[in-house]
Amino acid sequence: MAKKLMKGSEAIGEAAIQAGCRFFFGYPITPQNEIPEYMSRRLPQEGGVFLQAESEVAAINMVYGAGGSGARVMTSSSSPGISLKQEGISYIACAEIPCLICNMMRVGPGLGGIQPAQGDYFQATKGGGHGDYHLVVLAPSTVQEAANMVMEGFDIADTYRIPVMLLGDGMIGQIMEPVEFADYKKRELPPKTWAATGWDDKTRERAVINSLYIEPEQMKVVSERLLKRYALIKERETQVELYNTEDADYIIAAYGTTARIAKSAINKARQMGIKVGLIRPKTVWPFPDEAFSKAADTAKAFITIEMSTGQMVEDVRLAVNGKKPVEFFGTLGGFVPSTEDILEQIIKLKEAHE
Amino acid sequence: MAVVFEKTKMLTDVPFHYCPGCTHGIAHRLVAEAVEELGMQDKAIGIAPVGCAVFAYNYFNCDMMEAAHGRAPAVATGIKRVHPDKLVFSYQGDGDLASIGTAEIVHAAARGEKVTTIFINNAIYGMTGGQMAPTSLEGQVTTTSPYGRKREHCGLPIRMSELIATLDGACYVERVSLHDVPNIIKAKNAIKKAMKYQMEGKGFTFIEVLSTCPTNWGKTPVEALKWLKENMIPYYPLGVVKEEV
Amino acid sequence: MLTQIISAGFGGQGVLLLGQLIAYAGLKEGYDVSWLPSYGPEMRGGTANCSVVVSDEEVGSPVVTQADIVVVMNRPSFEKYEKNVAKGGKLFVNSSLIDLKSTRDDIEVYYVPVNKLADDLGNGRVANMVMLGAVLEKTHVVSPVTAIDCLRASFGERKANLIPINERALEAGAEAVR
Repeated sequence: MAKKLMKGSEAIGEAAIQAGCRFFFGYPITPQNEIPEYMSRRLPQEGGVFLQAESEVAAINMVYGAGGSGARVMTSSSSPGISLKQEGISYIACAEIPCLICNMMRVGPGLGGIQPAQGDYFQATKGGGHGDYHLVVLAPSTVQEAANMVMEGFDIADTYRIPVMLLGDGMIGQIMEPVEFADYKKRELPPKTWAATGWDDKTRERAVINSLYIEPEQMKVVSERLLKRYALIKERETQVELYNTEDADYIIAAYGTTARIAKSAINKARQMGIKVGLIRPKTVWPFPDEAFSKAADTAKAFITIEMSTGQMVEDVRLAVNGKKPVEFFGTLGGFVPSTEDILEQIIKLKEAHE
Repeated sequence: MAVVFEKTKMLTDVPFHYCPGCTHGIAHRLVAEAVEELGMQDKAIGIAPVGCAVFAYNYFNCDMMEAAHGRAPAVATGIKRVHPDKLVFSYQGDGDLASIGTAEIVHAAARGEKVTTIFINNAIYGMTGGQMAPTSLEGQVTTTSPYGRKREHCGLPIRMSELIATLDGACYVERVSLHDVPNIIKAKNAIKKAMKYQMEGKGFTFIEVLSTCPTNWGKTPVEALKWLKENMIPYYPLGVVKEEV
Repeated sequence: MLTQIISAGFGGQGVLLLGQLIAYAGLKEGYDVSWLPSYGPEMRGGTANCSVVVSDEEVGSPVVTQADIVVVMNRPSFEKYEKNVAKGGKLFVNSSLIDLKSTRDDIEVYYVPVNKLADDLGNGRVANMVMLGAVLEKTHVVSPVTAIDCLRASFGERKANLIPINERALEAGAEAVR
């Protein structure tokens, strides 16, 4: 299939459809409206259902219903809308329902603005709603990767019965880039015998999709099961890109949009003779700790670059574990760092830790 | 020996946790019998609320989902859109449906979702301990309206059936009561009819069931039935509010 | 090869399409490309703009601050983006609407009266294509033939009759800077 120039939002929608997603429930919010718009156009053509819910709260609960009754289902929103969905996401995590949730982050807190940001990292990677749980969080840095991650995300969700979040930002949603929809090869997935589809198959147990466990002994069993699953996911699904790290004295840690801009800055710095590389978590949960702790043995210093006041930097520091200094540079307000901004930080880092 | 009575197979053998005299048990049985008599037990998917009926998934002997507080109509929507051929019902109380879940119930009705909602109205929050509900009557004393519900402070109770009936997507809305046998029979017929209309694809169906809460009303079961009849029915008139099918 | 472009003007002047055509044509010619629009209320207030990157390697930053090519179709865009032309880069000014002259001596500046040239062709709406013609003539970032191919593909059968006027517009723009 030939490469096609596509908007990130539309590529996300198309990838979902090609991965067999036939149900989308959402509510409009900038800057991700092209996703629901695309789905409203395409899903009926594929015999699927697009439904604009009355709120994000309702949308995520429709996802709960559709996912709990066995469908491959998704929703998308942007930061304030994702906050509203958190109640439902917590229930979905506990009820072990697979689904895909897209967050095209905008700047906050509050209503904030509509420009790109990475301020929802904590929310996405540390649970987000109440209680003790995780989502698998995929952080694409190009449109092509966003499309691939959507497809893979559905499979991860089904494999582990876990909600998966695609954590992009306004820029990934709005940018147009070449994208190719490789033949999607679905993983071997377990049948959804747990789903509430109507109990006509009496060879299975009666399906009860639930997140209420009043007896501490029962709740403990669920939490232990999730904990075990999270360990398995960390072992099998952690993804990271290493860019020019082999000989690097200085390491940039960045994900998503920020990481691709860092690559441009690294290319320029290399021309100036500065040995700098990038560690880019592709899964921000599970976080690729190992890549960082390994690099900490050889690199002189790290800098984390985010469009936030400093969130992922905490995970980088945990992974580096005091072996080397970890600095931080963030752009705020919805500003995207430029190649020059990052180059300047590289030079400063080198001067401070030579 | 001839069998003269059997419990519906649509209920499990798990003993109800409801208080003595509470009418949830009757309502459960009516819903269960309706599903069974329609031959839909293997095709039913129910949604339990948050409230006293939170454990309904333990009692209804069909596939069940437990929804977050107030969100059952949205969950029902998700299920029904995936399984249009299944019988989907939500079972919700007054705090769940008429307070925190107002948006979800109104919009599910407006969209004409082909599901059936059983709305248990007992004019109080049961599970949390007798707080004021959106359906508590004027003057009613609850743990959060110790001086009685006052109109000028928090308005008058919401008549959900009348509200839902204004929406074009709702095809059948009826209010029934469980305070005596003739009304219980009427209630069952209404629930069954609603589910039948759902399966015929007529639209959203809504049965409001006036119920008692002896524990939180501070009454004996018999007094509670009498209180319902004398106080609730004048404000919440029984009968078909809408039937346009 | 790495070419970074900013195209800016009023909403409705076709500056986003101008950038998109370069991106489409770049992809067709085998480059990696990105096209990033400004979005939101900014679009309603006056200037719309987009950043385009055409590269023979994977595109890193799609955000352009040091542009090889800057197209400004109105005065606010001139005032905002003149400084974003990289040293040695090229600034294309719509002199039909902008009466300012660039004060920079480290860049090449082309003044093209694109609205007038489009009107002369009998269709004021192709002013952006006149500008594109000038840009392609002076920069060769992509070929005008590829650009027209891409436009034809996007127009389809229904608007195929508009291709000749667009071809003439590209040529008029090229001619103006030869």
